[in-house]
Amino acid sequence: MFMASFHRLARKAALAACFSVVAGTGVAQAGDITFWTWRQEDRAAYTELFRDFTRANPGINVKFEAFPAETYNTILSTALAGGRGADVVQARAYGGLEQVAKAGYLVPLDIKTVPELGNLPVEALAAESLRADRQVYAMPYASQTLGVFINKAVFSAAGVSVPETWEQFLAACKALKDKGYIPIANGTATAWMDEVFTGIFTNPFLGPEFVADIQAGRATFEDKRYTTALSRLLELRDYFPPGYTGIDYATGQQLFVTGRAAMFAGGSFEISNFRKQNPKLDMGFIAPPAPTAGAARYVAKFFDGGYAVNAKSPNQADAIKLVRFTGTKEYGDRFAALLGNISPIKGVVLADPLLAEVAKLNEVSMPYIMAVYFRFDSPTGSELLSNGVQKMLGGSATPEQVGAEVTQGIARNYPPFQKK
Amino acid sequence: MSFGHRRGWWIGFLLAPALVTMAVFVAWPMLGALRYAFYDFHGLKIGGFVGLQNFVDVLGEPPYRGWTYTALWHNTIVFVSLMVLQNGVAYLLAFALLQGLPGHRVHRVIVFLPVVLSAVIVGFLWKLFLNPLFGLVNQALLLVGVHGPPWLGSEYTALGSLILVNTWHWLGFSTLVFLAGMQSVPAEILEAARLDGATNATLLRRIIWPLVAPSTTILFTLTFIGSFNWFELPYVMAGLNGSPGGATDVLGLYFYRTAFGSVSSGLQDFGHGSALAVLMFAFVGSCAAVALHVLRRREVAL
Repeated sequence: MFMASFHRLARKAALAACFSVVAGTGVAQAGDITFWTWRQEDRAAYTELFRDFTRANPGINVKFEAFPAETYNTILSTALAGGRGADVVQARAYGGLEQVAKAGYLVPLDIKTVPELGNLPVEALAAESLRADRQVYAMPYASQTLGVFINKAVFSAAGVSVPETWEQFLAACKALKDKGYIPIANGTATAWMDEVFTGIFTNPFLGPEFVADIQAGRATFEDKRYTTALSRLLELRDYFPPGYTGIDYATGQQLFVTGRAAMFAGGSFEISNFRKQNPKLDMGFIAPPAPTAGAARYVAKFFDGGYAVNAKSPNQADAIKLVRFTGTKEYGDRFAALLGNISPIKGVVLADPLLAEVAKLNEVSMPYIMAVYFRFDSPTGSELLSNGVQKMLGGSATPEQVGAEVTQGIARNYPPFQKK
Repeated sequence: MSFGHRRGWWIGFLLAPALVTMAVFVAWPMLGALRYAFYDFHGLKIGGFVGLQNFVDVLGEPPYRGWTYTALWHNTIVFVSLMVLQNGVAYLLAFALLQGLPGHRVHRVIVFLPVVLSAVIVGFLWKLFLNPLFGLVNQALLLVGVHGPPWLGSEYTALGSLILVNTWHWLGFSTLVFLAGMQSVPAEILEAARLDGATNATLLRRIIWPLVAPSTTILFTLTFIGSFNWFELPYVMAGLNGSPGGATDVLGLYFYRTAFGSVSSGLQDFGHGSALAVLMFAFVGSCAAVALHVLRRREVAL
């Protein structure tokens, strides 16, 4: 133990790091603008994207700077609060955006100054707006879709066909298990993945009507529809890896890319990573099973984030040019090709067949409920749900208890639930 | 100007850099956190003054209340277990090393070795060892026909596993502190006791225990502070949410995710986070001070 001194050291190091970040990279030279992101792994792609920008806007170079994802929001808001930070920053969506935008750190964008906003669908812009006045603060760059990855080679080796309904899904799992494969690679040890897992498999049971009821306060998460949907997840426990409560996110990914497991419930953001780890992996991406034959198979969808302009930037005109550039179809095409993500810009061409498949599934989609509606206040619906589902799948909570816990936690800050 | 006066200036001059550093980097942030605890926050932007509301929330309002007491309870378990496991075993180990048996120098190094590793490395290594599918521990158990549990995934074993890993990591430090204490016990006292027919058990209980009181004071205090500020190991091995289902949640994790947000939510809540930090500081500070005072009184000067 004896971490007191280590703690202090760590704290000082963190402070020093913040200072050097703020002092060292705050303001760029004239003609140069800086860009902040939490995606260090995207450096190569952004270097190319920014080269395109400089070609179209001679004299403006963009400097790429990345920070660790877990501390990005803290670093960003600290820098912005101090009147520093990059000229253009990658901002998160929904609650994460609101936190930064509400404080007045970002330049509001409108169709006059940034006509390219018109290239984006309304729901994408909503993700980068304040709820109160619907003011847009960032140019959305990607949508993510949650669904089920399948290893096609494993399916055909086991002679199992791709399931469409819940019953077929359970039957397929059983057949795969009998052949010695792990049907579903996911474990429950990484809390946020439990929310992802829930989002994927419950949506077809809930339907858009439930979401509307939640928003209007006609239903809470104690609603029978929700707890029944949660109890469905329990049926999948037999098909998780052995010792699944101790299987974390990284182990689950490994089981899938190495072909030991047949399926992985996750987001389209995994695609490029999975390919990197096993270029020969023959994977497909399917929507979650439908409750009954012929019923809609809703995938869960949300927007990742957007590019925003620092309100204190001395190079605002150039920064706006960059944000406008990221709203063009040319940028969207290149972005999708280089980063393997779906750009929400209208008319973007998805050359990658798997991405095109995902985009097709987006036509029957529902919001990823907690991320889209309940990450604005503390405690967030996400942390309540992931904690609850982790307990439920581990066998120490019932769906009803989870529903009640989530509802109670959200009700603190959510008026529609307070009437109940 | 009198000599004493000049001396005073000189002392002041020498103390100033340290005092300024302390004031700017220690006292000022702490006072800042104290102030933040009384405000509502929107991200990092300070909102309205809310009095004691943040404290009332974390101590008395669900869901915060449950989280606070669960975390505090876990910290308490960690402290008690480490006192028994880490410091208790270290006491016996130090006595064994004191005997100067052949190879004791090598053993001393081996026992101390894990201490030089960082908590992140230790946590990561042990997380791999404890993996239910291909981890070393369960593979070894399988050789003798035992199916090990998912150590970090079961709410019954997760916290215990973390405590054992922590013990593995820091045992060497406690051993060394006790060993140093035992080596400073005059040999003639031990010899006299042995001549009177004292067994090893008596020696450990009646002679050495009271005489290594200063070592005990240090270890008790450090273990206390460490247990209640425990963060790195649970963070690496169990994640910010204290998986599974909060079974490994401790005050450090709880404070961090409240103040700075977790993976699934970048939401920062400095008001409640600061209130937690202030409570933790007051609790650890006051308990450590009382413990130090009580323990000092039982130390005997030789």
